[in-house]
Amino acid sequence: MIHFILLFSRQGKLRLQKWYTTLPDKEKKKIIREIIQIILSRNQKTSSFVDWKDLKLVYKRYASLYFCCAIEDQDNELLTLEVVHRYVELLDRYFGNVCELDIIFNFEKAYFILDEFIIGGEVQETSKKTAVKAIEDSDMLQETVEEYMNKPAF
Amino acid sequence: MALKMVKGSIDRMFDKNLQDLVRGIRNHKEDEAKYISQCIDEIKQELKQDNIAVKANAVCKLTYLQMLGYDISWAAFNIIEVMSASKFTFKRIGYLAASQCFHEGTDVIMLTTNQIRKDLSSPNQYDTGVALTGLSCFVTPDLARDLANDIMTLMSHTKPYIRKKAVLIMYKVFLKYPESLRPAFPRLKEKLEDPDPGVQSAAVNVICELARRNPKNYLSLAPLFFKLMTSSTNNWVLIKIIKLFGALTPLEPRLGKKLIEPLTNLIHSTSAMSLLYECVNTVICGLFFQLCVQKLRILIEDSDQNLKYLGLLAMSKILKTHPKSVQSHKDLILQCLDDKDESIRLRALDLLYGMVSKKNLMEIVKKLMIHVDKAEGTTYRDELLTKIIDICSQSNYQYITNFEWYISILVELTRLEGTRHGHLIAAQMLDVAIRVKAIRKFAVSQMAMLLDNAHLIASNTQRNGICEVLYAAAWICGEFSEHLEEANQTLEAMLRPKVTTLPGHIQAVYVQNMVKLYASILQQKEQAGEKEAAQEITQLMIERLPQFVQSADLEVQERASCILQLIKYIQKLQAKEVPVAEEVIALFAGELNPVAPKAQKKVPVPEGLDLDAWINEPPSDSESEDEKPKTIFHEEEQRHSRHRQPEIDEEELARRREARKQEQANNPFYIKSSPSPQKRYQDTPGVEHIPVVQIDLSVPLKVPGMPMSDQYVKLEEERRHKQKLEKDKKKKKQKKEKRGKHHRHNSLHTESEEDIAPAHHVDIITEEMPENALPSDEDDKDPNDPYKALDIDLDKPLADSEKLPVQRHRNVETLKSPDSEVPLVEKKSKKPKKKEKKHKDKERDKGKKKEKEKKVVEEEEEEVKKVILQDLHYFSSCCYLLLSSFCCLGTASDSFLQVTVSVIFENKSTSFLKSMELNVLDSLNTKMLRPEGSSVHDGIPVPFQLPPGISNEAQFVFTLQSIVMAQKLKGTLSFIVKDDEGSTHEKLDFKLHFSCASYLITTPCYSDAFAKLLESGDLHMSSIKVDGISISFQHLLAKICFHHHFSVVERVDSCASMYSRSIQGHHVCLLVKKGENSVSIDGKCNDSTLLSNLLDEMKETLSKC
Repeated sequence: MIHFILLFSRQGKLRLQKWYTTLPDKEKKKIIREIIQIILSRNQKTSSFVDWKDLKLVYKRYASLYFCCAIEDQDNELLTLEVVHRYVELLDRYFGNVCELDIIFNFEKAYFILDEFIIGGEVQETSKKTAVKAIEDSDMLQETVEEYMNKPAF
Repeated sequence: MALKMVKGSIDRMFDKNLQDLVRGIRNHKEDEAKYISQCIDEIKQELKQDNIAVKANAVCKLTYLQMLGYDISWAAFNIIEVMSASKFTFKRIGYLAASQCFHEGTDVIMLTTNQIRKDLSSPNQYDTGVALTGLSCFVTPDLARDLANDIMTLMSHTKPYIRKKAVLIMYKVFLKYPESLRPAFPRLKEKLEDPDPGVQSAAVNVICELARRNPKNYLSLAPLFFKLMTSSTNNWVLIKIIKLFGALTPLEPRLGKKLIEPLTNLIHSTSAMSLLYECVNTVICGLFFQLCVQKLRILIEDSDQNLKYLGLLAMSKILKTHPKSVQSHKDLILQCLDDKDESIRLRALDLLYGMVSKKNLMEIVKKLMIHVDKAEGTTYRDELLTKIIDICSQSNYQYITNFEWYISILVELTRLEGTRHGHLIAAQMLDVAIRVKAIRKFAVSQMAMLLDNAHLIASNTQRNGICEVLYAAAWICGEFSEHLEEANQTLEAMLRPKVTTLPGHIQAVYVQNMVKLYASILQQKEQAGEKEAAQEITQLMIERLPQFVQSADLEVQERASCILQLIKYIQKLQAKEVPVAEEVIALFAGELNPVAPKAQKKVPVPEGLDLDAWINEPPSDSESEDEKPKTIFHEEEQRHSRHRQPEIDEEELARRREARKQEQANNPFYIKSSPSPQKRYQDTPGVEHIPVVQIDLSVPLKVPGMPMSDQYVKLEEERRHKQKLEKDKKKKKQKKEKRGKHHRHNSLHTESEEDIAPAHHVDIITEEMPENALPSDEDDKDPNDPYKALDIDLDKPLADSEKLPVQRHRNVETLKSPDSEVPLVEKKSKKPKKKEKKHKDKERDKGKKKEKEKKVVEEEEEEVKKVILQDLHYFSSCCYLLLSSFCCLGTASDSFLQVTVSVIFENKSTSFLKSMELNVLDSLNTKMLRPEGSSVHDGIPVPFQLPPGISNEAQFVFTLQSIVMAQKLKGTLSFIVKDDEGSTHEKLDFKLHFSCASYLITTPCYSDAFAKLLESGDLHMSSIKVDGISISFQHLLAKICFHHHFSVVERVDSCASMYSRSIQGHHVCLLVKKGENSVSIDGKCNDSTLLSNLLDEMKETLSKC
């Protein structure tokens, strides 16, 4: 099971956090700070796996953004890398050549995509097509911000 | 109004949306905190507005701020408001915010239960999906319990999108609410073969996660997974399955062989590194061991000592995780015990520990005993001894079938010269004698013999370590003296002067147990009327005890002098011919039981005792902290200097030695360490005449008269052989009765461990626990480990009590969510009207009869659900009755149906009602379920009393044969009315109406599935037409939905299709068309009777409109 997923920039700014275990906010903040520090201090050429407490951190850098998952001892590290990669692919498909700014400005979308892909720390949809379709379909239900701005207030 | 509208729009134009916020934050790099606090103020304003769109926008911004590390817990209630928005746009934002910031400590989370339930059953799959996603993040034990049933139903949703989400969420639910695992498991298993690959992979995921934690419960699924593994091409799924097999193979070694081929294929063919890695990983951890062990054998058999040593070392590593794969190489390990290299022998010993079984324990120990005899060097021998004891005593003597054998092994071990582990043997003797009741007699006789031959053990000063066993021997003989045959002899053995050479703590035990022995001998003699013999024994004690009184050991001295006085007193009494034995024996009455190591922890803390509270106020920190240590330090230093005296020269030393000797000689309590023991006794009176024979043997000899353990091995073998023969005979008989002689050969030499029954019934006394403590092993478990709770046997059939909890309508009232309050108000406003109506009806019927009791009509639709035994359907329904409203909950099994009816009793009178009893006249179809043994005329007591103005609910269970027809049951409620004048017995008649509609479950259906159903052609058809309908079509549909539990599938203009399902799984489809002033309903259903009855009911409802 994935315990949490963090996305952060090279400058150490958190871009997205998803927790599959419930923790108090204070704890989360502490963990986030610690992990960002651990990963940013690692050399580019080192492996993508770090043992951290009783979990394993699996991370990968895409452009300026680090994607980091915390998994359990028995989980497969390579599979987790593939999970990360698949998520990036999904983002790419949805945004079209995704960049960090896409995630910053549409951070709720990034969450929705993640939710379609992973639920409760487990991969729910292994097919790229199905996952993106689900997001697009639910977007159809959603009116755009412009529409909502132009509607009367009642 | 118009102005307000415009104002609202304009306001919103100035609202920041998320993009503005993000941009703003990026533009205010210098004063970010200030900018954000300004934004939060704006957001607070926005949240105060009524417009849900504005609120949602605000919540969206908050979610972003939360990620930046700002606390938004204050907005939890607003988040719930947005979650309950009807528009998906907002709902989605609400759930996202909730999933980001809610955790188990969020108190408003309980308000969401109903909202989530509503969303879960929403016809829009994305509403359901978003609710499930959110739930996966913030599910609490309460939510899990309340929603388990709903989520389980979603596992069979028509849309795979929902099914796969529901399956994955179930894992979270299991973790939070482990009771749900068993009821939900059959359905989860079904999902492994779901047609949709997504759902299938989700199910594989969940089961793998479950199984990895508690693999033994999932062994039965192995064939199914094997099939999946060989057929699936989805790498994601394959990895999970392989991981699962990795967990299963240690439990079922045969799986390993089967797996090798498919895994090798995968390793060769796959291009996915992650899959390759998983395969290799599994192979290393599981299957590989068998191969490894075989290779290691070659190493061990090698003549090179280095290889041999390393082979054994590696073997012991495997033994820890895979004992079974090593066990088959027992012969080789035993051979290694003969090796001339000590380190190799030690390694082999380590391995033996894990290899014993009931069958081979005696054999292995026998071998070890031979080695003990042959062994040179005390270290190795000590190692052997500890290993023998470890091997025998492991897991609570699990492998010992014959304790007599074990005791004799222990006794034989006492022959060991110069071992340091006497206390180990002693502890074992004590433990076995105390805990194995059946062995006590034998143990006592052996111990008596040990005591008798104590001189052999204790004579040699080198053997000092072993004299510890005398401690155990003395205690056992004393404590269980009733089993002693020649107590006199043992007592005398214990009183021998030689005993005083033993270490003090052993002497102390001797003294104490002498009295126990003495007491039991005294009792024997007195009962036999041999007064003289009794006096003789007292005399003996008085003669011999003084040698202990003079002991240098304080403990011995104190006990001995106490006891001496006691016995002198007894002597006086005996002289007066007063029977004393009973009183003496009372000194040692009661049995000593072993205390469990965890007992202390289990002592419950008495009420009112706070262990954390200070007894005295803690000293204040400031108090002279720097001073005190200083003084201590100072003193210490002084002391040091005092000790450190200038170097002492030889002369001075000699002089002092002399002085000390002098001093000691004059001290009567100092026993000199003179080499000859005889000398020491010179000044002790009355012992010179006892000749002390010193037998000093260089060869360890058999303690005379002691049974050799070998005898027991032989006996045991014979016994087992006999047992086997008997068993074979039985088997042969059985086989003959059955068929062929085919299998007989196999059965002869495949004797499993369990077949060996212990020699005699051995009851190991359980260790004592404090009162109120549960004898569970709970504290071995980590209370924080959520997976332990999921260690549940899944193969047992489901019991009734295991149904998932179902939300009753009462729960609604306890919730404060604004949403659930609305129906509540409606309900309340409806109630009084009905009550009055009914009230009048009844008064008309009953004439002037005073109305004491009244049942409340409650129209409740959605909230009543119950799990059905096997199929685990749930449904909601209510019985809508003439007199009282009953909620009908059903459970169906194969042969008949069970329906639970809730009756609400409300006392409208001013008197107290008690002893209520409800009885119903059973029909052929519908019967009330009465407790066993009562007749059909017996009523069922209502489990409460009713004070005036109070209402309460009771449930009654009915069994049904069929649901296709409506039923009306006549019933009576008898009760006692108690008021100031006294009490009267009264009755109230009522009718219980089980309408057909109450057996229907509102089940959503999608138009495609609906169309398929209609096309399938195995439905019966019927139709009705009702004239004079004036209400709107919308209203009409609502009525059908509400009263008859239908849901609208599709609606086009004044025509609608509707669907519902019965608790027995009948599909009911309706086509409702509205003309002018009339309505026609065409129905289709699997059962024509059910359909026509349903339509009749509908006609009745509609004609009232």
